[in-house]
Amino acid sequence: MATPLLEMKNITKEFPGVKALNDVSFQVTEGEIHCLVGENGAGKSTLMKVLSGVYPYGDYTGDILLSGVAQKFSHIKDSEQAGIAIIYQELALIPEMTVYENIFLGHEIKNGTIVDWNETVQRAGQMLKTVKLDTNPATLIKDLGVGKRQLVEIAKALSRDVKILILDEPTAALNEDDSTNLLNLLLDLKKQGVTCILISHKLKEVIQVADTITVLRDGQTICTLDASRGQVTEYMLIKYMVGREIDNIYPTRQRQPSTQITLEVKNWSAYDPNLGRMVLKDINLNVKRGEIIGLAGLMGSGRTELALSMFGNPVGYQITGEIQLKGAKKQFNRPRDAIRAGMAYVTEDRKGDGLILIQDVKQNITLANLAEISIRGVVDNNAEVKVANDYKESLNIKTPSVEQKVSNLSGGNQQKVCLGKWLFVKPDILILDEPTRGIDVGAKYEIYTIMTRLVQQGMSIIMISSELPEILGMSDRIYIVSSGKISGELPIEEATQEKIMHLATN
Amino acid sequence: MSFFQNAQKVLKQNIREYGMYIALFVIMAIFTATTDGVFISPRNISNLINQTGYIAVLAVGMTLVIVIRHIDLSVGFLAGFLGAVAAIALVFWKLPVYIVIPLVLFLGALAGLVIAFPIAQLKIPSFVASLAGWLIYRGALLLVTAGTGTIIIPDDTFNALGNGYIPDFPDIGFLPDVHKLTLVLGLLAAIFFIVGELNSRKKKQAYNFEVLPMDMFVLKLILTSGLIGAITWVLAGYNGLSWTAVIVLIVVAVYHFITTQMVFGRHIYAIGGNPEAAELSGIDVKKMIYVVFGSMGMLSALSGILFASRLQSATTTAGTLFEMDAIAAAYVGGVSAAGGVGKVTGSIIGALVMMSLTSGMNLMGIDISAQYIVRGAVLVAAVIFDVATRNRGK
Repeated sequence: MATPLLEMKNITKEFPGVKALNDVSFQVTEGEIHCLVGENGAGKSTLMKVLSGVYPYGDYTGDILLSGVAQKFSHIKDSEQAGIAIIYQELALIPEMTVYENIFLGHEIKNGTIVDWNETVQRAGQMLKTVKLDTNPATLIKDLGVGKRQLVEIAKALSRDVKILILDEPTAALNEDDSTNLLNLLLDLKKQGVTCILISHKLKEVIQVADTITVLRDGQTICTLDASRGQVTEYMLIKYMVGREIDNIYPTRQRQPSTQITLEVKNWSAYDPNLGRMVLKDINLNVKRGEIIGLAGLMGSGRTELALSMFGNPVGYQITGEIQLKGAKKQFNRPRDAIRAGMAYVTEDRKGDGLILIQDVKQNITLANLAEISIRGVVDNNAEVKVANDYKESLNIKTPSVEQKVSNLSGGNQQKVCLGKWLFVKPDILILDEPTRGIDVGAKYEIYTIMTRLVQQGMSIIMISSELPEILGMSDRIYIVSSGKISGELPIEEATQEKIMHLATN
Repeated sequence: MSFFQNAQKVLKQNIREYGMYIALFVIMAIFTATTDGVFISPRNISNLINQTGYIAVLAVGMTLVIVIRHIDLSVGFLAGFLGAVAAIALVFWKLPVYIVIPLVLFLGALAGLVIAFPIAQLKIPSFVASLAGWLIYRGALLLVTAGTGTIIIPDDTFNALGNGYIPDFPDIGFLPDVHKLTLVLGLLAAIFFIVGELNSRKKKQAYNFEVLPMDMFVLKLILTSGLIGAITWVLAGYNGLSWTAVIVLIVVAVYHFITTQMVFGRHIYAIGGNPEAAELSGIDVKKMIYVVFGSMGMLSALSGILFASRLQSATTTAGTLFEMDAIAAAYVGGVSAAGGVGKVTGSIIGALVMMSLTSGMNLMGIDISAQYIVRGAVLVAAVIFDVATRNRGK
């Protein structure tokens, strides 16, 4: 066998406390479409970041060989020079610039020191033909749909003598027609000799286009399959992807089925005017008293959108449908309304929209319910410290004092501060969006224990999570979200990782 | 721990907060030395405070605006315009002063809300919206003074705001050359401060919270009441407390209380720290933008009144560059341009620092060109100090 075009050998990459990649090896042959699959957090994106130089040489251990030659990328620029182009989920195009400007951004065609716009426009036109995009090169990117932008990205990559084209979830945000279009283009490019690495959750697509499939799980290579002869099935892939023993890291609790419905959502649809599409379609779900509902689904499937739309809709979706709290119909115009009605929402991105990092622990904990510790609008500072110390103790927040800035705390403790803030609101319904992302095992267990304690006190919890073991370990009932719809509901007794994954990738 | 170790620790932990006071003290000491004591003379200090007044009230409002990550460039000419409106109301409409002042303050609040509308509702950057306001109010000022030019204000009550002093007790032969009411007020302020500190300390101890070590606590009481005493004594040696000083003190006290003790203040700092998190925590960010800009407008009106009163007239250029002085005062006083950080009291100290520089350099006869350069250098130095001490953390 000839030397593979790309070989990554024994790659190990550690983050503080986590081994994101553990001795991963990965080979790509010239002219193939190689798909990389795995659950969220399996290490796919990290591996590609190692390859592209986002994590520079020395930040990981192991070797990268291109056509047999060892590479030491210390910056994305180096990998681009070597002919590796990555197209990320979040597109890297500049919306206010034209298609041709974007295609040649960073490697402009120059005549001396002056940009040769005529040549640029002409070459851009050729590139667009290659990717089968019938658009005037002078169009602004912001006037193009997501599918077409994706094609411009590919044109941009192809315009630089690319050897390996990497696509990270290219079809995640595309509709069916655009997806088919894109996949056909990839097959076309293959015929022209372009090598392609495709990361995707959509297993049907993977099987359709792949020559080879590598499965990653928990930062390790599980297997590499030859998919060119049509022997690989979706079921096989799912088994490899999730085939992990569930460790007994979940606190046991008595599941007390209640019939009292705390929250019910009926025919709930949401249109996002910024994206110009429906993000939620006809959702029906309910949560009972003392119940943990698991909301499973892939990233971008609409789980967070669902939570936000119920929680006072701060992003401004156009919503139809009905929300009921304890049987009473409600309308929330802003988060404050939802909070007053007894809801709380611990966001996914605790640094981005959860905490006020420059403020201290006590100010963060009391922020959503200052009324409780104030008289006629004047805050009782001593009562505040007392409240904060109570939560510090009951949630075991490890901080020298509640006057510590939250930016100085570890991820797990920051998450507990978020939790404390929302518990102080004394909600009936607590929505947790990826409650254990980026925190270590010990803190995870503590958060699970807190959740268990809360439902036993009668609270209802909706837990959004990408980690299937967590969903299975904590939930009483599971809803699976896919493409903005509820694609299935499973009682815990019937749920398996395979079933959930199947519904989620549907 | 020994006294000095304690002092060192307290100073280290609060270097950012105390840095500004130390800087002001140093600047005052330098000018006192270079002007043979003229700078610290009662007359000059009294003047200094009156000159700072109309910028100080703007700086207070600007603090809140910058804390919520906005800016308001329109305040200077809004002050100038509303000062002219006040003059016109007094002189041409013959309205009594006790109607004119509330009316102008109300108009100011209204003008602030108008600026806030495109910012809150349409998400127009405040820089742009208030720059438009800057142009519009400048035009408005020229328009209302077009026929008359400078309008002389003959109203004694109105003019007292910028030039007058609080009355004194009738002379009974005791301390004849000293303003006795000022002394009494200063004494009351010191007592009020000490009692308040003692109370809060007792309360904290009741909750078992950490308090300052006893020696540091006593030092703080002595230093602060000493400072109050010194200022009072200096002022009492001239004409006593001016009305401008009284107004500024009231404004600062009210805003300091609102921002540090009230839910409203918490919401402002939360918005500045992380607007998305604030909205998700149930804070009405839009409403707060209206309130903050409304208050800014009202304080602009107050600034305009103080300035017109000080000049005893409304001029066609009143308010020019006030906004820049107010913004500089806020930055010197430790307000962060990134939002979420900054104190009203800091901005007042910042305003005093900037005005002390002007006053001191004027006394020394330094050329105006050099004055601007020095003030610019101090602004940059203050912000560098602020950033450096902040990044070091606790």
